[in-house]
Amino acid sequence: MSLANAPTPLSTVLIANRGEIACRVIRTARRLGLKSVAVYSDADAMAYHVREADEALRLGPAPARESYLNVKAVIEAAKRSGASAIHPGYGFLSENAEFVAACEQAGIVFIGPPASAIAAMGDKSAAKARMDAAGVPLVPGYHGDDQDEATLKTEADQIGYPVLLKASAGGGGKGMRIVERGEDFQAALEGCRRESQAAFNDQRMLIEKYLTQPRHVEVQVFCDSHGDGVYLFERDCSVQRRHQKVLEEAPAPGMTQELRRQMGDAAVRAAKEIGYVGAGTVEFLLNADNSFYFMEMNTRLQVEHPVTEMITGEDLVEWQLRVAAGLPLPKRQEELTITGHAFEARLYAEDPEQDFLPATGHLERFELDMAGANLDPSRVRLDSGVEAGDEITMYYDPMLAKLITHGDDRDQALATLNRALSALDVSGVTTNRAFLQRLASHADFRKAELTTRFIELHEAELFSKATLDNEAYASAALFALDLLQRESHKDSPWARRDGWRLNAPARIRIALTDPAHAGDDADSSAILTVLAERQGKSAWRLQVNDHILEGQLQRLEGDGVAILLDGHRRRWLARRDRTPHGDVLVLGDAEQETRLFWRRLDAVDHGHHEVDATLTAPMHGTVVTLLIEPGERVEKGTPLMVMEAMKMEHTLNAPADGVVEAFHFAAGDTVGQGDELLTFNADE
Amino acid sequence: MAILQTQINPRTEAFQANDKALRAEVDKLHTLTASICRGGGDKARERHESRGKLFVRDRIDHLLDEGAPFLEIGALAAHEVYESPVPAAGVVAGIGRVSGVECVIVANDATVKGGTYYPLTVKKHLRAQEIARKHRLPCIYLVDSGGAFLPLQDEVFPDRDHFGRIFFNQATLSAEGIPQIAVVMGSCTAGGAYVPAMADESIIVREQGTIFLGGPPLVKAATGETISAEDLGGADVHAKISGVADHYADNDAHALQLARRAVSRLNWQKRGRLAMKEPKPPRLDPAEIYGIVGTDLRKPYDAREVIARLIDDSDFDEFKRYYGDTLVTGFAHLQGHPVGIIANNGVLFSESAQKGAHFIELCAQRRIPLIFLQNITGFMVGSKYEQEGIAKHGAKLVTAVVCVNVPKFTVLIGGSFGAGNYGMCGRAYEPNLLFMWPNARISVMGGEQAANVLAQVKREQHERHGTEWSEEDEAAFKTPIHEQYEHQGHPYYASARLWDDGVIDPIQTRDILGLAISAAMNAEVEETRFGVFRM
Repeated sequence: MSLANAPTPLSTVLIANRGEIACRVIRTARRLGLKSVAVYSDADAMAYHVREADEALRLGPAPARESYLNVKAVIEAAKRSGASAIHPGYGFLSENAEFVAACEQAGIVFIGPPASAIAAMGDKSAAKARMDAAGVPLVPGYHGDDQDEATLKTEADQIGYPVLLKASAGGGGKGMRIVERGEDFQAALEGCRRESQAAFNDQRMLIEKYLTQPRHVEVQVFCDSHGDGVYLFERDCSVQRRHQKVLEEAPAPGMTQELRRQMGDAAVRAAKEIGYVGAGTVEFLLNADNSFYFMEMNTRLQVEHPVTEMITGEDLVEWQLRVAAGLPLPKRQEELTITGHAFEARLYAEDPEQDFLPATGHLERFELDMAGANLDPSRVRLDSGVEAGDEITMYYDPMLAKLITHGDDRDQALATLNRALSALDVSGVTTNRAFLQRLASHADFRKAELTTRFIELHEAELFSKATLDNEAYASAALFALDLLQRESHKDSPWARRDGWRLNAPARIRIALTDPAHAGDDADSSAILTVLAERQGKSAWRLQVNDHILEGQLQRLEGDGVAILLDGHRRRWLARRDRTPHGDVLVLGDAEQETRLFWRRLDAVDHGHHEVDATLTAPMHGTVVTLLIEPGERVEKGTPLMVMEAMKMEHTLNAPADGVVEAFHFAAGDTVGQGDELLTFNADE
Repeated sequence: MAILQTQINPRTEAFQANDKALRAEVDKLHTLTASICRGGGDKARERHESRGKLFVRDRIDHLLDEGAPFLEIGALAAHEVYESPVPAAGVVAGIGRVSGVECVIVANDATVKGGTYYPLTVKKHLRAQEIARKHRLPCIYLVDSGGAFLPLQDEVFPDRDHFGRIFFNQATLSAEGIPQIAVVMGSCTAGGAYVPAMADESIIVREQGTIFLGGPPLVKAATGETISAEDLGGADVHAKISGVADHYADNDAHALQLARRAVSRLNWQKRGRLAMKEPKPPRLDPAEIYGIVGTDLRKPYDAREVIARLIDDSDFDEFKRYYGDTLVTGFAHLQGHPVGIIANNGVLFSESAQKGAHFIELCAQRRIPLIFLQNITGFMVGSKYEQEGIAKHGAKLVTAVVCVNVPKFTVLIGGSFGAGNYGMCGRAYEPNLLFMWPNARISVMGGEQAANVLAQVKREQHERHGTEWSEEDEAAFKTPIHEQYEHQGHPYYASARLWDDGVIDPIQTRDILGLAISAAMNAEVEETRFGVFRM
């Protein structure tokens, strides 16, 4: 039945989201003959999802709360465009009961569960109580209303350490702490309460047993408005960092038919308990002994839904639209089967080497050359929210795209994922591409030895504490020399960048540092300067530390370069990533990547000399008050004393971390210009 | 298009021999330059480095735009002049691009005699300032000097073009709107204190730079006050109390970065205007210059073979090709800049002198920079030539050379003798820059000629007194004269005394001229007013 003639007819759908999910929904909507309407913030006026949609409407300024989280603006946009339904995607307003209510009020179909279902799962404590009642297994824990500190401690002791302390209202890792020992409980509780208060304006905590080798297995469920529900099997999302999923797969490795049925039934039971409609995901922790516990239910389409689509051959967005149109589920449980295996890798604009710090910049290239990498388009899918040329801003989630692969079995799907990751050509913005590749090619991952702590456990191998040896510096310097050469202009002989010298070899200095120290002016010891002297047309003599290397660089096709160092020729993919501090030079091959920050001449500004300057009285005046005790350890910038001069108050701050040895004046004393006010011992 | 064709066959024995000989001279030059670039001895270098200071050439690397060229001048200054070596006369000078602006850089080398000023140090410093004035280039002084070299004070202190002239120039350059920036990276004692004090903007390095009129020993002697150099005139004193310095730097690298920033704030624009073309490399290989030129000045070669290997696309539009053909004149482009080229192709006759004057008038009219390629034994002599007035025709050429108000660049690519040097814009005629090839020689006449002339005079004396003068006596008389001329006419001898701006590798001539012309375009090319031409 066409959606236009369904019980709740759909013809135009507004997607209240951005990035890859907006593009994803637009694709299915278009295939089903629906008109798609995008919304955008000022930062996204030219974004990919806006270009893809049939129509687009502005929501407001860049910050999400003024645009994508602005309920009124979204409803307005829907009305203006004549959309009869809103697809919320994930994140933003997708699990916001108020928004669902606002849609209902405006007579717009919200493509998702009813507000009541969202509310029921939104409060984690209440949700667990209901699940418990419905016979869904729960992790041993405490979800009570008595939030007395002593009660919580007793409960934690009973459950047995380690326990997980979690904000009832929480999510995204905030207000969440693992307590390993009873004596740490109090401090952890205080910390969690503080965070929870700040993040959610709510202090209630729940306590759970902390499983040491758990896997994160979730079940995709679907319910229609006629009271039917099915499960579309499970996904394993164990590989996470800071509670953010990184690699997902379906089906879960080692899953038995029996366990799958048990978990599936439990998930459908959970959904029906709260009157669920649409796509939902029930998350379980799966213990090593195959016992599983309900964690939470996500009342939306998950980021990782494509792996389910790959193994079932179903389009979950189409299912969502059909259910929203009041149609029954397209398939019954017994009609659903699993074919092969699928993986999803999430490509983020972030720097794994710098604690996953989000990266911004101009995406110079972004392409997956399927044919070139011999990838089968029916087995590889790139769900992207960006295209080459886009700006990656700081306003939103740094996820750029998802790479999804399918294979007859797990090994095949994983091999394809690895091939696709190495063929993914992304430059201009720092991404976790290489990190994903290291993850996906890790031996334990290949053996499916999964746990949610996979990244912690394998930190040593996953983070390329790439040995920054002399060759690495020399190679990066050669690449920098090549880039410099390209900065030459023909308009003036002075604009050449080849280090020309009279009667002597051309010479250029290239200053490099580990990217971890990129923004760190203080630590000039972290800078390594390679002195390059030209030897002949394209060869350079490179002095790194006290070593001399002979090197040259040859450009190959695309980003390829061949670097010859002391008779050893190697091929690399060379690119420069632009970061807020400057350029990072990246040389990589299939296995590894060396990243070095190129410290350009004008990038540095030291200026630490003010250290001792502010401890003398700037002018004649009176001491008003001393703010700390002598001997007290203070951080840089801590106010130490206040003096008054010319009717203005002047605060003296600690010039560095250190200790105030003594004040030379007391409150009320008069001081002359240039008088030393206190003795400060800065930490070395 | 008038593409020059070559008549050269690189496979001939003569070519090969020339090539080998000149390359050997260039190798010597490179070896000498490398040793000069090391500055003072290892001990001085160690001491310098242990204080956390950068070497002078490393300072310049940090100051220049990344990978930018540095056109050094006077690198051979003081070479074999004083009793002990004073490499580069203890001061590195040249033109380099800083924050996109071509600047004159004058940087003391404290590893050479503590950066003190020998007579030639002063001469070089003044020459750098002269270049700044002529090209209208901002000046950056990297100061690290103990002041005048006291044992030679009579050659350093009192005269017009001595130490005091440095500050005279700073004031007058500043008055002309040419920025003066000083970076104090070591001592600036006594007179030296005026370099930062006279500067438009100054930067001082903490715990390195000091500025004072009298150093601690002098203060102690004069007033009995005991004080450290840092307390007397360090960065804290001058950046915070006295105001003698404007910017406070943590270390050398930081100071040089501040200097770059100072230049970036100059609001600088080049004033020269030339109708530029897309630069093109010469069609003929510049490396063949070695084999064409060689080192034997008695073997002539066609100047066009050299020109073809210097100019864009080897495209040379010759003027008066068939008239006065011992002087080659014509228009070309060099790294995109239009230039007029005047090159010797034999001895100067009246016609060639007049042709040269005519061509210079064209370039003046069109405001096109001039390049003189000197390979000249002099003007023709003899009664025929005196009667046709070769003196007045030569005078016309000299008047034209002197008065033409376009940038002029002279390269001695062979001999530079007698009045030929004058007619072809020698040092006295203030070309913007003047360079020598290693095969070139400069003297009032050739050694052979001089010996002959002097022997002739001597013989006449003997004849007048009726005394005997044997062939052997004559030969013994001539040998030292010949040797003296050879020695004093050598490019290293000339360059050591700053009669030129440097001895250069012929293959770099094109690059050097391109950089030089571009730097000259910082100044406006003004209208020319010629003096009276004797007709």
